[in-house]
Amino acid sequence: MILFRRFRRGEVIFGLALLGVLVICFVCWPALSSVNPYQSQVSNRLKPPSFIHPFGTDDFGRDVLVRVMYAGRLSLALGFMVAAFACLAGTALGLVAGFLRRLDGPISRLLDALMAFPDILLAIALLAAFGPNLVNAVIALGLVYMPRIARVVRAATLVQRELPFVEAALSMGASTGRILWVHILPNLLAPLFVQGTFVLAYAMLTEAALSFLGAGVPPELPTLGNMIAAGQPYFGRAEWMMIFPGLAIALTVLALQTLGDGLRDALDPLMARGR
Amino acid sequence: MRSTRSWPAGDEMTAAAIMEAGARRVELNRSETAAAPVLSVSNLSVAFETERGRVAAVRDVSFNLYAGRTLALVGESGSGKSVTSLSIMRLLGSAGVIAAGSITLATPTGPQDLLRLREREMRGIRGRSISMIFQEPMTSLNPVLTVGHQIAEPLRSHLRLSRRQARKAAMALLDRVGIPGSARRVDSYAHEFSGGMRQRVMIAIALACRPLVMIADEPTTALDVTVQAQILELIRELQRETGMAVLFVTHNVGVVAAIADRTAVMYAGELMEVATTAQILSSPAHPYTRTLLASLPPDIDSPFDRERQRLVPISGQPVDLAALPPGCSFSPRCPWSLRACDASLIPLAQVVPGRAARCVRIGDLR
Repeated sequence: MILFRRFRRGEVIFGLALLGVLVICFVCWPALSSVNPYQSQVSNRLKPPSFIHPFGTDDFGRDVLVRVMYAGRLSLALGFMVAAFACLAGTALGLVAGFLRRLDGPISRLLDALMAFPDILLAIALLAAFGPNLVNAVIALGLVYMPRIARVVRAATLVQRELPFVEAALSMGASTGRILWVHILPNLLAPLFVQGTFVLAYAMLTEAALSFLGAGVPPELPTLGNMIAAGQPYFGRAEWMMIFPGLAIALTVLALQTLGDGLRDALDPLMARGR
Repeated sequence: MRSTRSWPAGDEMTAAAIMEAGARRVELNRSETAAAPVLSVSNLSVAFETERGRVAAVRDVSFNLYAGRTLALVGESGSGKSVTSLSIMRLLGSAGVIAAGSITLATPTGPQDLLRLREREMRGIRGRSISMIFQEPMTSLNPVLTVGHQIAEPLRSHLRLSRRQARKAAMALLDRVGIPGSARRVDSYAHEFSGGMRQRVMIAIALACRPLVMIADEPTTALDVTVQAQILELIRELQRETGMAVLFVTHNVGVVAAIADRTAVMYAGELMEVATTAQILSSPAHPYTRTLLASLPPDIDSPFDRERQRLVPISGQPVDLAALPPGCSFSPRCPWSLRACDASLIPLAQVVPGRAARCVRIGDLR
């Protein structure tokens, strides 16, 4: 109940509602619509928005609306996988670095090195090394955003490890693994969740940027980034090819960032005290 | 009412656990009759590596803990009390080095030198044979785990109880430490308890596996005076029931008077005086003990003592552990010090049988 009340703040509700609407659209639209997103109809290409094609048609005469929904689903799923990967790897590294001081130096330097590269540049380099496909895109973006998570987790672990209940648990014979898993990790879930939300948003943006540059997921897969990239040559003649997928990204990221901000404020006791 | 209730967990434990606990009780009784110590610390020296060099935090400390008895370790901040108790648990951290000495625990399978055990074996001792309660009941409990979970944890890891057995045992323990409504409270979180109640929960955790020794590191310092008395009474009661030995670390002489059979006074990492609590309080043999007691408010002895209204502080500063004097570490502040005090280290010498003090003037300062 207390938790419920704490989360009842404007940002959280707005973010959740917008995200909910988008997710429902992304998931349900393709299933309910009879329009095939891959069905091309050359005679119908580059048609402006109309009653039959509310978002217009693309250069192959495909319906942009249903493709945006398809792409949104794929992009969101990719973002989720990236966030999950980054959270898992980042939490593991951050916990170890924060608790076992001997490994702190090496791990922190590795994270510094990864964070020294610009996000997109590192992602391009990793994708070039791994080869472009969906799984590798998830791994590459996950590696790009993992250090953020690891840093937050490390910092929180450093705080937690000094608290008396850790010493109390040690004095009752708990092992290092048990302390990390049972006593420290549950205390990190709040900041982890907040950062995970942000990583999800960043991952979607970066995926779009990568696809736009032609370095992301293979172009035949309809992600929002790929759709924008495909629309670029026709900008000025068929703006709807870029505008609608762009709007979808903007709205999704807006929802996620607002939600993340709201959660951070709700969960951060220092900021909450000021209210 | 509380004391008539039987010890919890007995019928809930597995057969192995019962046999184990039984074997331990026999051992306890035997050691009580034979008066062999349960835990024996001898010549313990602990140093910390600092930027200013090696700092001797504990020097040549020896004492014994007996089943069913309480030894109080008294001293001011920085005198080495807590370092001594953490050394017994081997929880000093990386900066602290146990330079010399031995810590022998009389386990059912024979004596074991804790300083020689591997970390893995030591984990089996902590919380099982020796457990500890701390000063900060407000933060010694994990805020995101239920108290039931935290009480059950040692039962599950040391005694291998099942989840359900451990939960029942946890409820029985909550009952035993005087927390009403255990069936409901077992699923509560720490923030739902008051300070005194949390310290009761800490005691329940410490007692879960029926340890041979309980180390209480200033367990009442953070509590109200009335709650303090309740917690002390609870510890005494549980000690009578289980026959555990208690090492009670405190700087509060009033608490010492209430709980300890014997008292060891520490100063600058050394034991200055060891005697029964009554002897320490009524006729201190060491000048430090004497000045320490003189610096207390008079109502420690009697609320109507009108003569000693001014407190007499100990002059000077506590000694710098990185630059110890060659002889007695208290002599710079001692009103009775002689030149002989600074000549060489003073040994802990017997005053009368069962009583020792580290002072060259034991004989003539009466």
